[in-house]
Amino acid sequence: MTELAYIRNFSIVAHIDHGKSTLADRLIQLTGTVAERDMKDQLLDAMDIERERGITIKANTVRIEYPAKDGNTYVLNLIDTPGHVDFSYEVSRSMQAVEGSLLVVDATQGVEAQTLANVYTAIDADHEIVPVLNKVDLPAADCARVREQIEDVIGIEADNAVEISAKTGIGIPDVLEAIVQRLPPPQEGDRNAPLKAMLVDSKYDPYLGVVVIVRVIDGVLRKGQRIRMMKSGGTYDIDRVGIYRPAMENVDELGPGEIGYITAQIKQVRDTRVGDTITTEKSPTPKALPGFKPSVPVVFCGLFPVDTNDFEDMRDAIEKLALNDASFTFEMETSAALGFGFRCGFLGLLHLEVIRDRLEREYNIELITTAPSVVFKVHTRDGAVMDLHNPADMPDPGLVERVEEPRIKATILVPDEYLGDVLKLCQERRGIQEDLTYAGSRAMVVYDLPLAEVVFDFYDRLKSVTKGYASFDYYILGYREDNLVRMSILVNDEPVDALAMMVHRDRAEMRGRAMCEKLKELIPRHMFKIPIQAAIGGRVIARETLSAMRKDVTAKCYGGDATRKRKLLEKQKAGKKKMRQFGKVEIPQEAFINALKMDS
Amino acid sequence: MTEDWQNGGFGLYIHWPFCQAKCPYCDFNSHVTASIDQSRWCDAYLAEIDRYSARTGDRILDSVFFGGGTPSLMNPDVVAAILERVRRSWRIANDFEVTLEANPTSVEASRFRGYRDAGVTRVSMGIQALDDQSLRGLGRLHTAAEARQAFDVARSTFDRVSFDMIYARQSQTLAQWQAELREALSMAIDHLSLYQLTIEPGTAFGDRYAKGGLRGLPDEDLGADLYEATQETCDQAGMPAYEVSNHARPGSESRHNLIYWRYGDYIGIGPGAHGRLTEAGVKHATEAVRQPGAWLDGLGQQTHETLETISGAEQAQEMLMMGLRLDEGVSTGRYQTLSGEPLDERALTSLEDFGLIERTDERLRVTRQGRPLLNAVLRELLGA
Repeated sequence: MTELAYIRNFSIVAHIDHGKSTLADRLIQLTGTVAERDMKDQLLDAMDIERERGITIKANTVRIEYPAKDGNTYVLNLIDTPGHVDFSYEVSRSMQAVEGSLLVVDATQGVEAQTLANVYTAIDADHEIVPVLNKVDLPAADCARVREQIEDVIGIEADNAVEISAKTGIGIPDVLEAIVQRLPPPQEGDRNAPLKAMLVDSKYDPYLGVVVIVRVIDGVLRKGQRIRMMKSGGTYDIDRVGIYRPAMENVDELGPGEIGYITAQIKQVRDTRVGDTITTEKSPTPKALPGFKPSVPVVFCGLFPVDTNDFEDMRDAIEKLALNDASFTFEMETSAALGFGFRCGFLGLLHLEVIRDRLEREYNIELITTAPSVVFKVHTRDGAVMDLHNPADMPDPGLVERVEEPRIKATILVPDEYLGDVLKLCQERRGIQEDLTYAGSRAMVVYDLPLAEVVFDFYDRLKSVTKGYASFDYYILGYREDNLVRMSILVNDEPVDALAMMVHRDRAEMRGRAMCEKLKELIPRHMFKIPIQAAIGGRVIARETLSAMRKDVTAKCYGGDATRKRKLLEKQKAGKKKMRQFGKVEIPQEAFINALKMDS
Repeated sequence: MTEDWQNGGFGLYIHWPFCQAKCPYCDFNSHVTASIDQSRWCDAYLAEIDRYSARTGDRILDSVFFGGGTPSLMNPDVVAAILERVRRSWRIANDFEVTLEANPTSVEASRFRGYRDAGVTRVSMGIQALDDQSLRGLGRLHTAAEARQAFDVARSTFDRVSFDMIYARQSQTLAQWQAELREALSMAIDHLSLYQLTIEPGTAFGDRYAKGGLRGLPDEDLGADLYEATQETCDQAGMPAYEVSNHARPGSESRHNLIYWRYGDYIGIGPGAHGRLTEAGVKHATEAVRQPGAWLDGLGQQTHETLETISGAEQAQEMLMMGLRLDEGVSTGRYQTLSGEPLDERALTSLEDFGLIERTDERLRVTRQGRPLLNAVLRELLGA
């Protein structure tokens, strides 16, 4: 139990690779929170995928005890939030649980798009912000310029920014002092009032069930209490109260201002709602916290097992993943091309990749991913509106009155020598320029873009045209009507459902041509010629013809070749499982996978 | 009761694993070595003949084939000793054929008479191309002129002479190949093997190709045109294809290779040699150790060769794979007897509709149109 005056709760906001995790590691290390022999990089990133990709997916927390220069020992609670745009809504929720933020900016790079997005979230949450310039030991560091940038672009004072190198440890003690001196303690908190705690995040642990990260506002959390989640209505008996250091450590209680975890025999993460108010069943708090909207998936795609026999395993795996991730949705889907699978919804492309990687790696299931799509709103002539998650479900064009698509506001920061390429890319993707300003030698462009054009490969293209120097962030503006149609792909006159896509009418010919050309390369020749067409409704807009196979024969085959030839045939028989039949045409799965890797 | 192998006959293959130089396209089990103890090799072959003849001595032997490597590097007296032992071990067919593969150089031509006296009845020469530039490109050690001279020696020495050509070479045009082929046909007496160049992994060409080298190889369409032109030109010259890559005047087909394609039994002796041998009603695949040194040292030991039982279904597959290479095709009844099941009628009908196969009475054959697509036909028939 710590007095409020000696508690500091904070988060770290940074652009990816600006050193957030390394700084967290140093804070943990310098305060002796973790024994030296247990130190490893990116302590807070629990999953391999998080550590490997240098991203944080779930909020993590750690309690650090710091004896300050003023002679008092402070309890510092760090909430490590996801930094990626896909999870920005999660970030905004975690931010509500703390009072201050360290704004880490790479002194060799300066302010980036994610810095901006995340720092504005912190400002919205009324945080006190301490700017930290990282990597000052590198020759390319330019602290003066970056200070100026922080003041110009973000609009916060940066004179007293702490200069550090998280890698070498320079300046880390100054960061700890700044946290204590410059960030405020929790403002309210009455130990004797009825329990009021905020549900910050929750994650599934195979041994403990759901572990809930909480921030106590009023009252005390103890083992054995019967608690009620005020929004979701669930009641549970607390069987464990603890803190992360960063390993889990049981404590007797958590009091006002403190951050820690509870377990209470909660079965799945879906049963917990981030932002919910936790109180006791016996004497509930009269006033719940405002709470949050659940996050809504915006990017959809089909996931199918390469080996159709893996479907049941895949179902199990998806259900297990869903235990830990309430923001990801799934429903069964069947495709003539790909068999049984799932239509899944994600917060963004990174979220999609993370889930897919986990299915493939942790559960050992090889997957095919169909082209990512967004939710279109389809207004039919009979006045109904449907949410279209899958282009295959698009009603007949004759029945459709209009189609709306989600638009985003994207902010891109880019060195000015690449500005032209970025503008070209945004224009190609049907963007509408809203703003263009300069901060030093960097341009900041703001575009109104269709999300559908961004979910394909916008980010990859952006990285490649700017050699990785651009940064990008976005938020969703809402729905707007446009001339959107479903383009079908026909192979030998049979529609291939997995390749259907929603496209803007003006871009349909180009996209159709690109897809037909690609398929012509990818589909092996057959004994007959195969027309490959792109069509809107009944109208063919692009066509290629794959010529018939003309030669496939082994030149030499003698007594020594019989075994090899038979084994090759057996291998081909096994490989046939990976072929999909469309009428008389066999398309290898590889062809789908490659066709769905989008064009440039 | 007749056994299935008797449909194809019974042959003996002897593998001589040495060459003077390794050709960049060749993926056969061949080795270049400074000195060869020919008498030790001779003893080893004789011991192997004894081992096999003890199990098959009651059979009639149709053919012996000396392949390699370069068997024309063997001393004629080694060949003589082997054939002498062969004749003592088995009864010999009336039309007994003994083939030896030879490189067309003057050195080797000087041994031809010795081979003939030893009992060789047919030579198969690796001429490969008729111009020096192409021969250099293929890594051959002989010139075109030398090849022609060696070929003339062979013609005057042996009753039957065949030679190999490699086409679909780098930057080779259709017209160039047709001219070269006509020239080859004007030389050929009775048999010609015409192979499209195939890039095999693990060869020098394979490495170069993988690294993006070896440009100007024909694409599928030119490959098909070259094949078609080859068929036409050979037909006109009275040397039709009796197998995918083999042409002969009727009656001059390679009897030994027909044993493979008709899926008979054959003994394989020598490093890396494969065999198919039916004993007590069970057909086995044999494969000898590949490294020449290990083969010599391991003689008489268990590890010297591997033995794999070929099930009825596998035999049916192999019989079909080999037999459909032949213009005469295969017997559908024989397939069904081996496999226990008939061929997939739906696949047959669809292939017939495409004009790729023909069925007459009890036989199934691949048409002229289907032959260049044989692998696809086989995949269709065998469900792969």
